Amino acid sequence: MSERSTTIKKLWISIGILVLLSPLGIILPALFGAGGAWGEWGIEEIEKLTGFVPEGMKRLAGIWKAPLPGYAVPGQGRGIATSGLGYLLTGIIGVALTAAAAYLLAKLLARRDRQQGKD
Amino acid sequence: MHIPDGYLGPATYGSMFGLVLPFWAAASRKVNRTLQAKQAPYLAIGAAFSFVIMLFNIPVIGGTTGHATGATLIAILIGPWAATISLSVALVIQALLFGDGGITAIGANCFNMAVAGCFTGYGVYRLLSARSDPSGRRRWIAAAAAAYISLNISAVLTATELGIQPLLEHTVDGQPLYAPYPLEVALPAMALEHLLLFGFVEAAVTALVVRYFQRNEPGMLA
Repeated sequence: MSERSTTIKKLWISIGILVLLSPLGIILPALFGAGGAWGEWGIEEIEKLTGFVPEGMKRLAGIWKAPLPGYAVPGQGRGIATSGLGYLLTGIIGVALTAAAAYLLAKLLARRDRQQGKD
Repeated sequence: MHIPDGYLGPATYGSMFGLVLPFWAAASRKVNRTLQAKQAPYLAIGAAFSFVIMLFNIPVIGGTTGHATGATLIAILIGPWAATISLSVALVIQALLFGDGGITAIGANCFNMAVAGCFTGYGVYRLLSARSDPSGRRRWIAAAAAAYISLNISAVLTATELGIQPLLEHTVDGQPLYAPYPLEVALPAMALEHLLLFGFVEAAVTALVVRYFQRNEPGMLA
């Protein structure tokens, strides 16, 4: 096996390990009583924080219906174990799709390069 | 740091698309000219790494959460243009599939975290590590400092875009139409948590991986 493909394999394995550990990213905040990120509140939270929902926000907030909102499987339970599992599953899907999309884009860009080189 | 839909008014999110588009076009051209087909896996690994590192929400006890982005690390390893594409792909998938960041805010989020994150991180790293030994201590220290500065710049940009909303977009009686907190609230809130915690996490992750490459794959840092 060439040195380059060994490197690439090692990097993919590292990413796999990170994915398996990723439920920590939802379990630890729950354990430490931390909420979401600053400035990423939902409509209800905004109303609780400020006493009203800004008009424009009300209009725009629901403009896009993501299929797996909040890295959760639709209809999953609210327990910490279930959330962790949903986070893991959606994380696997997300990483796989991200890698595939970036790979295809890179191949596409690189191929255009070869065609231009022939001209 | 992922701005949701409804937080930025059309003038801001439109401008942010306008800002990010030329960078995407230039990045495509640059990568097109320099990338060989066999290097495509590195772009994919960069995007996957960025996606997964952003899953690690770090809690501020009893407060908010934040995360690293990997922008500086990826820019050091594959260059700022390819890294911009990698991070943008991760951010677009996060918005479309998981509602993490709004679709109207894709321009803003990609500018803040991908473009600004990758280029400031890469620039500071190059500046601090200039003429240093690739296997030396200055390299990973430069990487850590660059990562810290880069994440904080992304955070300050995000806070600024959110904080100017009440000024730009309000009803006739002054009620905010989008993100409701003014700059004097948004800026310290976001800057402090990134200066005190998340920036150090980004720095540690970046320095650790750069150290790994120094020891095991020095060719990647040449």
